[in-house]
Amino acid sequence: MKYGILVNEGPYQHQAADTAYQFCKAAIDRGHEVFRVFFYHDGVNNGTRFAVPPQDDRNITVRWTELAQANNIDLVICIAAAQRRGILDEGEAKRQGKDGNNIAPGFRISGLGQLIEAGIQCDRLLVFGD
Amino acid sequence: MSEPWEDEGPGEVKKFMYVNRKAPYGTIYALESLEVVLIAAAFEQDVSMVFIDDGVYQLKKGQDTQQIGMKNFSPTYRALEGYDVEKLYVEAESLAERGLTEEDMLVPVEVMSRDDLARLMDEQDVILSF
Amino acid sequence: MSMLHTVNKSPFERNTLKSCIGHALPDSAILLIEDGVIAAVRGTAHEGTMRDAMNGRKVYVLGPDLMARGLSTDQVIDGIEVVNYEGFVELTEKHDKVQAWV
Repeated sequence: MKYGILVNEGPYQHQAADTAYQFCKAAIDRGHEVFRVFFYHDGVNNGTRFAVPPQDDRNITVRWTELAQANNIDLVICIAAAQRRGILDEGEAKRQGKDGNNIAPGFRISGLGQLIEAGIQCDRLLVFGD
Repeated sequence: MSEPWEDEGPGEVKKFMYVNRKAPYGTIYALESLEVVLIAAAFEQDVSMVFIDDGVYQLKKGQDTQQIGMKNFSPTYRALEGYDVEKLYVEAESLAERGLTEEDMLVPVEVMSRDDLARLMDEQDVILSF
Repeated sequence: MSMLHTVNKSPFERNTLKSCIGHALPDSAILLIEDGVIAAVRGTAHEGTMRDAMNGRKVYVLGPDLMARGLSTDQVIDGIEVVNYEGFVELTEKHDKVQAWV
């Protein structure tokens, strides 16, 4: 089956991003396709490459990147939520006149339409949030 | 510019329900949920919004945010009709528990019992909860 | 097919579980995850609520979240089934929609 995932909370602060990740991994292990993970609200913070968690802890962002690259998952950060919270890709940084960008590999910034599209195209859409 | 989802053609129409259970301003969920619904309206899906528990306060008349320094986004609910989002369901029990009535709502809504709402939820294809 | 509800809040902290139960049709299933697993434990003040919820509905609890919180599967209320992440995925296969009570 084809799964869409919505992550509404930031990494480390709340377990939602961890549960979503474990679910995606288990779904892939069972032969399903994770079509897209959409990051909304503080969930957009999953996609910053500037976070430096302690060495003995999981790196949530790197984990997403690796899972996505290995399984062809579309990691989409909501542009409206990202703008509020300072998550930028190169294009957005230029457009907004910011001096740098912080998006992690494998993530892209796009509109809320991508969430609705996932809802339309996927057999299941699961929400992980607070 | 053509967006990928526009190539899908008229296709299937799914029932999307947006469940709101949190009061406005204390957290950003109410505002960002509203932003999703406004985008979703463009996809010509069957959209309904449900307000239960503290979510009923999102539609409370007379919101005045001047002294907290935040934007009062409640007038946006009045704009929903212009986006053809006309199915706004408010739970009777949630209103009653909070000493509120339909008169307290800032837009026309359909007040529905918990049991009827439960059945309505069961008829949906996609449920997004914020 | 019926609905799968997920609950991720402790019943001691929020009304999420109560709200979920109030909206979960008799043939639906409830999966307790994250802090929601606290409601699956025998002998808490919420055991009665949980037992009422199980009347007609199937209730599951995510084992990894129980263990992380120092709770063991033999402390779980009789009739609640413990699942792992694979079991979580299986539940989403069996139920055609999932509502997250967050």
